[in-house]
Amino acid sequence: MEINKNVNESGSMVDMLINMGPQHPSTHGVFRLVLQLDGELIVDAEPHIGYLHRGSEKLCEAESYSQVVTLFDRLDYVANLNGELAFCMAAEKLLELEIPDRAWYIRTILCELNRIASHMLFYGVYGLDAGAMTPVLYGFRERERIQSLFEQVTGARMMHNYIRIGGVKEDLPSGFENKLYSVIDELDAAIEECDELLTQNEAFLARTKNVSRLPIEDAVNFGVTGPILRSTGLIEDVRISEPYGIYDRFDFGIPIGNTGDCWDRYYVRMQEMRESLSIIKQAMKQIEPGEIQAKMRRIVRPPEGECFVRTESPRGDLGVFLVSDGSQNPYRVKVRAPSFANLQAIKHMLEGVYVADAVVILGSLDIVLGEVDR
Amino acid sequence: MLGSIKGLKVTLVTMMRKPVTAQYPIPSKRLDIEKRFMGFPALLWDDSNNEPYCTGCMVCVRECPTQCMSATMTDNDKFTEEKSTRKKIIDSFEINLSRCIVCGICVDVCNFDAIEMSHEHELSKFQRNANRANLESLLEMGKTFQEKIGWKPVQIKNIGDPVLRSKLQAEAKEKLKKLNSTDAKVDTKPEDLSK
Repeated sequence: MEINKNVNESGSMVDMLINMGPQHPSTHGVFRLVLQLDGELIVDAEPHIGYLHRGSEKLCEAESYSQVVTLFDRLDYVANLNGELAFCMAAEKLLELEIPDRAWYIRTILCELNRIASHMLFYGVYGLDAGAMTPVLYGFRERERIQSLFEQVTGARMMHNYIRIGGVKEDLPSGFENKLYSVIDELDAAIEECDELLTQNEAFLARTKNVSRLPIEDAVNFGVTGPILRSTGLIEDVRISEPYGIYDRFDFGIPIGNTGDCWDRYYVRMQEMRESLSIIKQAMKQIEPGEIQAKMRRIVRPPEGECFVRTESPRGDLGVFLVSDGSQNPYRVKVRAPSFANLQAIKHMLEGVYVADAVVILGSLDIVLGEVDR
Repeated sequence: MLGSIKGLKVTLVTMMRKPVTAQYPIPSKRLDIEKRFMGFPALLWDDSNNEPYCTGCMVCVRECPTQCMSATMTDNDKFTEEKSTRKKIIDSFEINLSRCIVCGICVDVCNFDAIEMSHEHELSKFQRNANRANLESLLEMGKTFQEKIGWKPVQIKNIGDPVLRSKLQAEAKEKLKKLNSTDAKVDTKPEDLSK
């Protein structure tokens, strides 16, 4: 008979339960994690979500299509434009709209900038998770540059409501090109600087190398997508496997890792920023003046039907399932949130590791609770 | 060891740089607000007729995702005196700025150039209800905004100069005619109100 080591003679549990969150500074939002510890080792972990549940999917059913875009801003509040894009693409697919080229270029440039901004935030807080205070200041400085650029184009720093069904809200402002090029130059230098500051730092390597290795099979089985899946060595990116928009016109690489450990997840994101910059540079060369809004009726009313679109958000595969009953409001909106899917793997990742690594592993997933809870 | 030294080098180089932090509350040290910056919505003032642009048509009230606005309209006295072209005029208007999410949908749907996202963005007040802006304060916000950026009406019917207005109106009519003759009539189908 096997003896249950977790129970003592009187039948009570000897393991310690630790409650991490929902107000823990390193949980990246209101996220609660219950850890069961045997000494210093984690035996079991259970994530509790729902503290930021706002019922966005249900709210969509009561709002008109143009109003729903404002809700998608607030799902992934670190990469707002990527969220807007996903919903607008779904509505456009139902409407069978042809989006003008210029609108697509503007969308691509801004979404890739937002990817860099999101990864810069990850870079900063991941350093913080690993115990380094400095990177967060570097990461936020670069994020600030991108946000000021957004302020010039969209009028808002975070909640843009800029990407509309059928195109974008306004054309790029005059003088945008020069400003963008100067920001690109600054970002080019800044990514190198950030890389030098943290990537090869011995203390950082000791905290992240070979921590929570995720094999390809496990990652695929858990439905993990985005940089975490690519860090295991699998080449999977919606921009390459199912190119949407104008991504087939660019030449860019997909960075992958070898082992799928925490350091690989971090480094894949650092490389992705470089690739995003190269996409923006190519897009700025190809962009031409033209229309920015497709010809359509003012009130969006897609025909009866349903569709599913996939986009590559900074966190992974962001999908929107949209059902229309032909009225002004969507009948059902289902969001396949990458953070939510990536979070499923946390229990598997945390089993058998030291409790000190829990924060580093959670940080490497780069979850945004607005998207997890919706 | 090499990695840490490299990192230290970056830190030392950064030490020599100018700080990028702006000391926010000090007025002289604030960052500039971009021209397109979306602050809270404000109502605009028509200088040529000396009345607000807003007619109280309630389109923005209906389209607002958070239902933060309310408005009522009244008959325009100036129209009966033939001093204005607006038959109806705004009577009362209230925006609960605490509820507003600054999405800009009200500006998009407005047919009269009446509402615009101002550069007002600071909300701190001492009373709980102090952010419920009424018509007076909204027009005040609009006036400061108009003066600040040198606002000009976007829509042709609101252009003050009658010569320019009639010229542009004729051009627009011609354009519309062309569009209707060539394209499929996308925008002319009447709305089904029974739904």
